[in-house]
Amino acid sequence: MSGAVNREWLLTDAPTSRAQAAWGRRYRLWLDFRANRLAMAGLIVVLALVVCAVLAPWLAPYDPSSQDLTNRLGVPQPGHWLGTDELGRDVLSRLLFGARVTLGMVLAVVITVAPLGLAIGCIAGYFGGWIDTALMRITDVFLAFPRLILALAFVAAIRPGIPSAILAIALTTWPPYARLARAETLGFRNTDFIAAVRLTGASSSRIILRHIAPLCVGSLIVRVTLDMSSIILFAASLGFLGMGAQPPSPEWGTMIATARRFFLDQWWVPLVPGVAIFVASLAFNLLGDGLRDVLDPKQR
Amino acid sequence: MRHAAGRLAGVATSLLITLFGLVLVTFLIGRVMPIDPVLAIVGDHAPEDVIAQVRLDLGLDKPLVVQFAIYVAHLLHGDLGRSVMTSNLVTEDIARYFPATIELATVAIVLATAIGVPMGVLAAVRQGSRLDQAIRVICLAGHSIPIFLLGLLSLLVFYAKLGWAPGTGRADVAFEGMVPVVTGFLTVDSLIALDWDSFYDAWAHLAQPAGVLAFFSMAYIARMTRAFMLDALSGEYIITARAKGLSALRVIWRHAFGNIAVRLITVLALTYAGLLEGAVVTETVFSWPGLGQYLTVSLLNADMNAVLGATLVVGLVYMLLNTLADSAYRLLDPRVR
Repeated sequence: MSGAVNREWLLTDAPTSRAQAAWGRRYRLWLDFRANRLAMAGLIVVLALVVCAVLAPWLAPYDPSSQDLTNRLGVPQPGHWLGTDELGRDVLSRLLFGARVTLGMVLAVVITVAPLGLAIGCIAGYFGGWIDTALMRITDVFLAFPRLILALAFVAAIRPGIPSAILAIALTTWPPYARLARAETLGFRNTDFIAAVRLTGASSSRIILRHIAPLCVGSLIVRVTLDMSSIILFAASLGFLGMGAQPPSPEWGTMIATARRFFLDQWWVPLVPGVAIFVASLAFNLLGDGLRDVLDPKQR
Repeated sequence: MRHAAGRLAGVATSLLITLFGLVLVTFLIGRVMPIDPVLAIVGDHAPEDVIAQVRLDLGLDKPLVVQFAIYVAHLLHGDLGRSVMTSNLVTEDIARYFPATIELATVAIVLATAIGVPMGVLAAVRQGSRLDQAIRVICLAGHSIPIFLLGLLSLLVFYAKLGWAPGTGRADVAFEGMVPVVTGFLTVDSLIALDWDSFYDAWAHLAQPAGVLAFFSMAYIARMTRAFMLDALSGEYIITARAKGLSALRVIWRHAFGNIAVRLITVLALTYAGLLEGAVVTETVFSWPGLGQYLTVSLLNADMNAVLGATLVVGLVYMLLNTLADSAYRLLDPRVR
């Protein structure tokens, strides 16, 4: 009963408060999103991944690093539903803990990169002139590099591991965000409402922080979600090439790298983390596609 | 005409600035490494005076700016230093390994275009149909699958289980080094030498990695083709062409496709540049002796000269392809002229 009332309150054509209008808009977006089955599937898988990552210590049947050398490279069987690896560790447990590593890396990259790109793009777009030229030149240099290769060189120069992998991915991921934020900012810079804010005496930093940046966030979120799958693939590739997370970390790419030697005979050992990477990356792609359709219909 | 010259100068300037940035970044990466380049050369049991001498020889006592100037001067002379691992000049190594990568990437892009473009056109023409949905799913999968998983699966199925394809590497041991090197492309050199067994062997080895790499970029090409075609097909001139009673084939391929060809060329050039990157992982999976594998092996051996040299060369090619794609677009499309 209250659900119906709520729905009415949300979908009303004549909202009585700002909050009601805002929630109504969000509710309509959600209804649009919910109608897209593939996107919903993506969302569910992503949520499941998050649950796996958070609850890994409780969900995992074994300690991910406990070895059992009498049971090496075991086939999937009751007790070890996804088999065991070359040291007799339970693959399912490692996979669950690996979700933590992967999602953690993605989160760390996004947290670093999105605000950075947003700041650089907004500043360049708002001020224009030589600031714009200089910042965009720097952006161009980073865009000119093949991402994976720049990241590899960078990681090799410091030291392979998760922190440097995060840093390397961040280093090569921010330029498109800066570009995007700049383009959006250019669209707003000369609008009347910004001129009005300026006339009231607002400082540049206030205009950027309070008025321009929030307007760029929408398209940035879509872009970030779509990028998450490529960040997952990127992190896994670094792991696979031995330049990301280092064994015995249960990072999925690293698991494949160590299990690669057995793949002609015990092919399920590298295949399981490979499928995990594929599913995670596909889910983020579906989710991002759905979000773009809802939030940014003109780009469809 | 003067206009064109001005634009060319503009492109050249921005290219130069980007190139400078590229060199600066690789130089700085080379400097932040915790591995002591002196110890890497002399070993850790060398006497103090030898270490000091090598440090002087390498110019490591000079200020960073001077070191950078020396680095640039060496680059301008085509000197990328010596690889610690192979003890060859890095430039020699790159000249040896790069053709294999180009061969791989070229075959892959041809394959990806041959399949991806018709797929995209078909999806656009039958928008919303089951076929369109199927192509969309294939594209999404191609977008989401890690390329090393695809490579391993391909090896497992076509090499280990079915026995259709030869294993890893570029040629069978029996054919290794049998053909005189002319172009560096094994598929071409064996043809020049009229060595048919080698020719067959080279293509057989190329098929798997090129196929994997092609699938990786096919998804993107098909997706872009579909988007461009949808855009073109909604144009009024298409309605006119249809109203005039032209055949569907003619409308689609001559009118609509003809109009997206320029944009497609840009996408292909960008994809080709991206393949250089995809090649790093693919080459590692298939032990393909190209620049990508050279790069990863050097990385694992902390062979910094080789790493930075390869990074710089790949970066340079990548940059040139990007600029070329951009200029081609400006040159061929009258609307942006």
